[in-house]
Amino acid sequence: MTHDAEPVTTAAPPRPAADQDRANKIAVRDLKFFYGDTLALKGVSLNLEANKVTAFIGPSGCGKSTLLRVLNRMYDLYPRQRAEGQVLLDGENILDPKTDLNLLRARIGMVFQKPTPFPMSIYDNIAFGIKLYEKVSKSELDGRVETALKGSALWPEVKDKLGASGLSLSGGQQQRLCIARTVALKPDVILLDEPCSALDPISTARVEELIDELKGQYTIAIVTHNMQQAARCSDYTAFMYLGELVEFADTHHIFTSPTQKQTQQYITGRFG
Amino acid sequence: MADITMRDRPARRSVDAGRAAVLSRFRTVDSIFAGMTLGAALLVLVLLGGVIVSLVIGSMPAFRAFGLRFLYTEVWNPNDDVYGALGAIYGTVVTSVIAMVIAIPVGIGIAVFLTELCPFALRKPIGMAIELLAGIPSIIYGIWGLFIFAPFLQTHVEPALIAVLGPIPVLGALFQGPPYGIGVLTAGIILGIMVLPFISSVSRDVFQTVPPVLKEAGYGLGCTTWEVMKNIVIPFSRTGVIGGVMLALGRALGETMAVTFVIGNAHRISSSILLPGTTISAAIANEFTEAVGDLYTSSLIELGLILFVITFIVLAIARYMLLRIQRRAGA
Repeated sequence: MTHDAEPVTTAAPPRPAADQDRANKIAVRDLKFFYGDTLALKGVSLNLEANKVTAFIGPSGCGKSTLLRVLNRMYDLYPRQRAEGQVLLDGENILDPKTDLNLLRARIGMVFQKPTPFPMSIYDNIAFGIKLYEKVSKSELDGRVETALKGSALWPEVKDKLGASGLSLSGGQQQRLCIARTVALKPDVILLDEPCSALDPISTARVEELIDELKGQYTIAIVTHNMQQAARCSDYTAFMYLGELVEFADTHHIFTSPTQKQTQQYITGRFG
Repeated sequence: MADITMRDRPARRSVDAGRAAVLSRFRTVDSIFAGMTLGAALLVLVLLGGVIVSLVIGSMPAFRAFGLRFLYTEVWNPNDDVYGALGAIYGTVVTSVIAMVIAIPVGIGIAVFLTELCPFALRKPIGMAIELLAGIPSIIYGIWGLFIFAPFLQTHVEPALIAVLGPIPVLGALFQGPPYGIGVLTAGIILGIMVLPFISSVSRDVFQTVPPVLKEAGYGLGCTTWEVMKNIVIPFSRTGVIGGVMLALGRALGETMAVTFVIGNAHRISSSILLPGTTISAAIANEFTEAVGDLYTSSLIELGLILFVITFIVLAIARYMLLRIQRRAGA
């Protein structure tokens, strides 16, 4: 494990102190989430630090994907789903009904469990998002597409067939295309919802390398069922169980000396 | 283990024999079943062939009398026994085009509203209302068109069209003449209303097949509902949408009763869409009772053959387009 080589951080994750709030890209405060009458998140509070990778682990149905879908208000698409509490993005509450959802979602990119290439060419898959918000010349657009594809390590594989359909790529390539598409928009935060669950080990390794490169510029939250993955590529780890945040600390701490018994049982494979 | 198989052997043999008998019976049933389904499939071809053959035979006298001239002359004169199909062909095509111009955007709009924007409680009622619209018999559209809709157009809409659009060069030619109420435009609008449910319900069904996560990915980039529909949902489901449109076009081309009521039944080509015209099916429905001469009857049958061919061509074009689109999208 690479973590052994790193200096051991003993500091607890950032507390909601006033000066530290600024280092936090996103601050979640007492977040409750309802699917109809079912309470899916029971008052979760945590911070996502800027330029760090925060991993969310926990058994299925614990609310980690739900939490991610609150951060870009994806739940708003569906009736009878609502959130209470506060989610502060750079100090502004995004749960405020006045929040411009399109702008918010452009600032907080999301990559899904299954690859979701749009039914258009590889080039247009990337260019589409850029053109939504920016007026760029053709040559600049070409440059942005190339940068995004290089960023997601897809460029060598697709540079000769940018006009081909995005659907013609393999699953792993499609997922990297989706990451490139998200990155091309230059969001502030990237949410990854089990991005590797449909990928083979080689593609997974590529995506993980990518996450490591991206965190220099972005704040990243990743939901994963793969504990090795959380250990490998995150700075902080949150363990959730039954809609509650059981433990949140730096990844090394969680995987070596968890304070909570449930966390210890989960990471050692006793349940979940 | 070994002696168990030994002991089982006689029993196993009889089981095998029974199984073989059952299997051979199944095989017989299977081949009968296969034969029956093959027969059903062939029946369609036989019927299709029979229709074509009888249409061709029936239209031979007219074809012998007028030859290809039948296709490009506009004269329709039972007194002199001279017939040409151009007026009816033109009317068929123009009314269908008008119907499509109205029904495609409105129908797709309804489908978008129902799948993306409509409050949940209203989805079912509105969807059902649209399906009921498809169930209204065409004769009802006909009398409604003749007694209510055409007079309404005559007094309220057509004068305004003539006044506003009439003076515009080129486009104005479409809106000339007195407002009769009945005419090509009225027939086109009624056809549009009639085929609307086809387009909207097929489009709604295919929009619902778009994976939610794909739409979420679009919204996740910051797309508006319009952008998600235009760039993701419609391209993803265009095969189905085009299918719905072609279904509607087929219906519009062949629709008879409602059109007969409101089109005015004049065998002539006018540049203005406000003036009376006719369509192939309207001409046949209107005139077959009074077609006394053999040549007259034969001409009407040849009209039917032409409609058959037009519909066939539309379907062929639709197939070709779908194929091209699939090839491009699938790569």
